[in-house]
Parts: sequence; C-alpha cells; structure tokens
Amino acid sequence: MFPEIGQFSLILSLFFALSLASVPLVGYWKGNRLLLESARPLTFIMSVLILVSFITLSLAFLTDDFSVLYVSQNSNSQLPVWYKFSALWGGHEGSLLLWVLVLSGWCSAVALKIRGLPEDIGPVVLSVLGMVCVGFLSFLLFTSSPFARLLPDVPADGGDLNPLLQDFGLIVHPPVLYMGYVGFSVAFAFAVAALITGNLNASWARWARPWTAASWAFLTLGITLGSWWAYYELGWGGWWFWDPVENASFMPWLAGTALLHSLAVTEKRGVFKSWTVLLAIFTFSLSLLGAFLVRSGVLTSVHSFAADPTRGMFILVLLLVLVGGSLLLYAIRASEVRSKVSFGATGREAWLLLNNIVLTVLTLTVLLGTLYPLIFDALGLGKISVGAPYFNSVFTPIALLLMVFMAVGPLSKWHHTPINVLFKVCSVAAAVAVLSAGWVVYYYEFGFIAWLSLAVAFWVVVLSFSDWFSKVSAGTKGIIPRARQLPRNYYGMLLAHLGMVVSLVGIVLVSVNSQESMLRLSPGDRATVAGYEFQFDSIEQVKGPNYVASKGQFTAYQADKTVAVLHPEKRFFTTRQQVMTEAALDAGFTRDLYVSLGEQLDDSAWGVRIYVKSFVRWIWLGGLLMMAGGLLAALDKRYQRRAGV
Amino acid sequence: MRKLLFFIPLVFFLILGAVFYSQLGKDVQYMPSALVGKKVPNFTLVSLGDDQLYTHKDLPKTSYLINFWGTWCPACHVEHPFLMTLAQSGVPIIGIDYKDQKDSAEQWLEQKGNPYQMVLMDEMGNFGVDMGVTGAPESFVVDSSGVVVYRHQGVINAENWPDIQGYMK
Repeated sequence: MFPEIGQFSLILSLFFALSLASVPLVGYWKGNRLLLESARPLTFIMSVLILVSFITLSLAFLTDDFSVLYVSQNSNSQLPVWYKFSALWGGHEGSLLLWVLVLSGWCSAVALKIRGLPEDIGPVVLSVLGMVCVGFLSFLLFTSSPFARLLPDVPADGGDLNPLLQDFGLIVHPPVLYMGYVGFSVAFAFAVAALITGNLNASWARWARPWTAASWAFLTLGITLGSWWAYYELGWGGWWFWDPVENASFMPWLAGTALLHSLAVTEKRGVFKSWTVLLAIFTFSLSLLGAFLVRSGVLTSVHSFAADPTRGMFILVLLLVLVGGSLLLYAIRASEVRSKVSFGATGREAWLLLNNIVLTVLTLTVLLGTLYPLIFDALGLGKISVGAPYFNSVFTPIALLLMVFMAVGPLSKWHHTPINVLFKVCSVAAAVAVLSAGWVVYYYEFGFIAWLSLAVAFWVVVLSFSDWFSKVSAGTKGIIPRARQLPRNYYGMLLAHLGMVVSLVGIVLVSVNSQESMLRLSPGDRATVAGYEFQFDSIEQVKGPNYVASKGQFTAYQADKTVAVLHPEKRFFTTRQQVMTEAALDAGFTRDLYVSLGEQLDDSAWGVRIYVKSFVRWIWLGGLLMMAGGLLAALDKRYQRRAGV
Repeated sequence: MRKLLFFIPLVFFLILGAVFYSQLGKDVQYMPSALVGKKVPNFTLVSLGDDQLYTHKDLPKTSYLINFWGTWCPACHVEHPFLMTLAQSGVPIIGIDYKDQKDSAEQWLEQKGNPYQMVLMDEMGNFGVDMGVTGAPESFVVDSSGVVVYRHQGVINAENWPDIQGYMK
C-alpha cells in the first residue's frame, strides 16, 4: 500500500510542477497578479508531495519491503539500519528521487526568500525552476520509478547494497553533492528569468549571488567528501582519479567558481552582463551533462550507474529542451544588452576577467578530456581512452597560473589600480615566495614542480595577508574594530583563497613526499617505512553484521614510542560474494599512516601495503575552508538587508 | 553580425548533442577488433616469474583468456579479485603485464595473488599494439585452435562474465 502512495504523490507532484512551469508565466504575460502569486503555493505543495514520496521509499527500505524491486536490489535484511536508509540513494532510481527532493528543497527555499524581489520577477524564477522540476520528475516517473513492485513473487531477502557503498562517506556524500549540483539551477533560473523579463541589469546578479555561493559551498564539500571517501574506501590510497564521474562533478565546480566571480563584477560594476548570464546557463548545463554522462552509459567509468539507453535518450531530450531553449533565448535576448561602463587594464574587473577566462579554459580542458573518447568514436576514428597523464599535464600549469592571478585580484581596485603600488607589493611577495619555497625545496630535496607550486602557495598567502593588513591598518580606529567592520563577503573570499592554498600544499606534498611500500609480512614481523616502524602484531577472524573479515593488528612506532594501533580488514560480503579491503588509517595533521591488507600469501604471511602519506589531510582541509568561505559569502549581511529592495 | 555571435554557444551545444545522440545505445564495452577471427600474433616475450623467453607456441592448447593489466591501472585493482575467483574455478588466464615495471608487477602478484598461468612482460607495449589494445584492463578470448574469438574492453566482473564465458569453448 505505502509504495503506491509514494508513486501517487510523485505523479501528483508532476501535475503541480507542470502548473508551476506554466501558470505564473501566463500571469506574467497577461499581467495577472493572481496567477503570478500562485507560484509560491504551487511550489510548496509540489515540494511536500515529493517529500511524502521520499519518506514512503525510506519506509520501504527501513521495513525491508522486498516487494519493491528497487529495495530488493539495493538492500538486505542483515544491513545495518543506517545503511538501509542511505541505500535509498545507492542506485539510479533512488538517487534520482533524492535529486528531485533536493531540487524541490531549493525551490521552496527560493519561494520563502522571494518576497523581497519585484513582484513579477520572483514568480518567473520559480516558474523556470518548475520547468526543471517537470523535466526531472518525468524522467523519474517515465523511465526509472523506484516504486516498481515485484508482485506476487516477493523475494525472501534483498540483493544487498554494494559493499563499496556501505560506508559513512556514502551516507553523506551524495546528498551534499546534489545540494551543490542542483543548487546551480537556482542561478540558472535567475538568469533565464532575467532573459525572459529582459531585466538584465545588475540586480539579478545581486539576487543570484548568495544562492550561487551557497550551492558552490555545498558542491565543494561534496567533492571533498567524495575524494576523502575514495581515499580510504577504495584501498589504494589515491584521492583523485580523473574518472568521468569525478569530472562530472568537477566541471560544474570550475564553471560555478567562474560564475561566482563574474556575478560579483556584474553586480558591482554592471559589466560582463551577458557573459555572466551565459556562465550561469553553462554551469547548470554542466550539472545536467554530469547526470547524462553518469546515467546514460555513453562513457565507461568505475562507478557509473547501470547503463540504459532509454534513460540516456530522456536526459538528452531534457538537455535539449532546457539548455537548448535557454541558449536560444540567450542568443535572442543577450544581443540587446550593452555595457556602458568601461574599465582599465589594471582594474579589478580586468583581473576577474582573467580569472573567468582561465577558469573557463580549465573547465573546457576537463570537458575535452572527458568527452574526447566519445567524440573520437562518433567521428569513426576508433576507441581511445584519456587518462590521468593528460589531465595532470594540461590541468596543473593552468591551475597554477590561476592561483597566481587569484592573489592579485583582491589587491586591485575597481576600474583602475595605480600600477606602481601594485608592482611594489607584488615584487616583495614574489621575492618572499620564491625564496621561502626555494628554502623548503632545497632542505627536503624536492623537484622543480614542487618549488613552483610552493612558491605560488607562499605568494597567495603573503598577498592575501598584506591585503587584509592594508585594509585594517588604514584609518584611525584600531586594528580589531576595523577587522570586524570588513564584510563577511571579504572574509569568505579570504578563507576560500587560503583553502585553495592549503589544498595545493597538500597535493604537492602528498605527491612528492609520500612513501609507499608493498611488503610480505607475517605476524611478529617488523618493517620500517619513512621513519616509522610497523609491527604486524596479529590477525584474527571477526564477524560483522553482513560480512566475515580477517582483521589484522599493526602497531606503529616512532623512536620506540607507540604512535598508533591500526586494524586493517579484509571483508567478505556473504550476499554479494564480494571481497572488500578496509584500509586502516592513522590520520595526522602532517602525515597519514595507511595500512591495507592484501592477499594471504601462505599460512602466516600476508601481502601488506603501508603508506606514509605526507600532508594528505590538507587536501580536504582546504576543501573545508573553501566551503566555509562560500557559506560565509552566502550569509553576507548585505544580501539580507537588501532582500527587501 | 554581432547578433550572430550570440548564437555560437547554441551551435556548439547542438553539435555536442548530435555527438551524444550518435553514441547512445552503443555498447561501450564493445570494441571492434580486427583480430577477431584471426590467430594470435607471433611474439617473443619475457616471462615475469622465471625470466625465460616465451613465444606464441607456448600458449595453452585449450581455450583461454588473455588479460592485459598493469599496476598503474586503477580499474585493474577492481578487476583483480574476480580474476582470482576465475582462476580458482579453473579458467586458464594468460596475463600480459602491459607498459609496467617489473618489480611493482612482482610485488602486486605476491601481495594480491597470481591468477595467471603465465605472466609475460610487455614493457614497451609492442605486443599490445599487435593485439590492438586500447587500454587496460582489456581481455581476449582465444579458442583451442589459437584464434581470437572475442575482445572485451574494461573490467571483467560477475555481471559480464557469463557473456564472455559463452565464447570460451
């Protein structure tokens, strides 16, 4: 009975989404206030219906209702209860329902906040969001309903959740990632509403900014979590693989970063207007493209969903309607916009333009690498694969260049910056950066790339700090009162930029200063890796809720003092007949100790992989800082105060 | 003229859409190979275990699997446990250690187990070129008369194994 309620309320929500996509627009063209005002209640009802449907499916999972096909494929009665809940988004259908739920959540948030906007714009924004909802709801209902039943032959038990996904990382990673992905549809809706109403002045940028910053923050956190999860769960200690699915989340992030900066210029200076609109469409399209690549099976990936050309066709049509439609609207409307304000080559506008160009190039680099095999094949040139070497060699130099500019932007003034002032600060910073990086590289014997990257890191830190200091030291008030007066937006930017630096330092050091060894060890043996002595104490058989495991115990010593006791496991999941390696980690601020069990080689000896990973936590710490920066910027008081304008 | 510029994004998008459309429904695992229906090309390669030279004459006389792998390839990590179960169930697998380093390959096999009847080193990837390999992991089914009957690109797992097994006669 319950699954039918879920299905029914999903169908109902589609009708409300259809009304939301059309009624307020009719109201806009007819100038009918009543129709315009229907946008908010329609949004709320649609969201509640989707929530009901989501709760029904959660209940089916929690109560082990294996008559539901999707539940029987992705859950098992032995599964711990928190994984039963998160198993909901372990497959294609459920994750799509989560996607729709998150989308409706964003719609409701916009509906709640929209009162401050001019009466005709808010409903149009909601209406555009309604169109996006129609697309995804019909995709869910027509190709991938999670409520399909297995009646009357109900299986006794389910096929279990993929063991790779039975992990804390998977409970949180998809919802957060979707918050980011889907959040960009808000910026898209604002952009399209601006195109529809012809209201392409700076105000739409101001309204879209906090939403963009918030979704960017979620996407940053989502990607960070994904990378962290891959690091400890996949068992070979890597943190980024340039897999198509990872790229699918990384491209909207890059484009979203560009959008965030270009929105700032459009709001403050009224330039780049049509470019910003295009970026908003572009960012959203990349989110959709990600969904297409992951769910249509056109690319091979280690973690794609089950491929299905019908679904692929549906998303392609969705892409064509939403993206094609908005680009057509853009082509017709944006040409009417002209910026009247000019800016100098040393103004902040110029630096942000540079930021946008570099970020766009980076996005296209990743896009090209991801789609190249597809295009190559479509042209009948055969099959090829593009791997990490391409991305590392092309992406790294451009990203470093971006970070060099990133530090200069905030120092410069709008319109025009006195070149001698800029030159003075920059040359001091460059000297400090080159010398201190040189010292570190000389002392630890790293190579050229490490030197270059660390120099960039120091450069950003020095310039960011000097900018902050020049802002707080000017004037007569003390430093602390002035520091408090700086807007949250500014601190958000500072945090995010420093987060980039922290991640960069992590990436550089983990790649040049880590030690890895694969060893053959028996209980009682010792091995030394990077100054740490690892003793293989024992190994025992343990039983988990839905697996049996060999669990080893390792003690790590440094200078004869115990540093950590580690328990790596080799788990055998009985339902799926699958073996999983659970690496054991001792996380530290400057290093991670990473032990993972390989195969049993004979009666006592095991293949053991021991890594000492330098500064690897910094990669994700940087991600967290960036996220905090994004949230801080989204919560800037200015947006709340002006919400009433 | 300036107006037409604003149509550029739309045009690019439509071209990309056409590419996507042409690729939909294609089996991405399916790799046409000129080799299918032909004998395994001649080779002389060094074996990983005993440093001896082997040629195509040393290949099994029954139906078997040729598996290209490398320690540098993440997907091979995923594939390896399944190859172990295949080996245990008696499927003969010839491993080609593709564009890899000898000591890391040895470490890998020692640590994770060796599913292969024979592992041959293809450090320069020449044999890979002869076989038309596009990446790792990639596998070929060879029948008892030494003719390549099927090619599979990507990870072999429990889902796609029945199809591949169908070619092993």
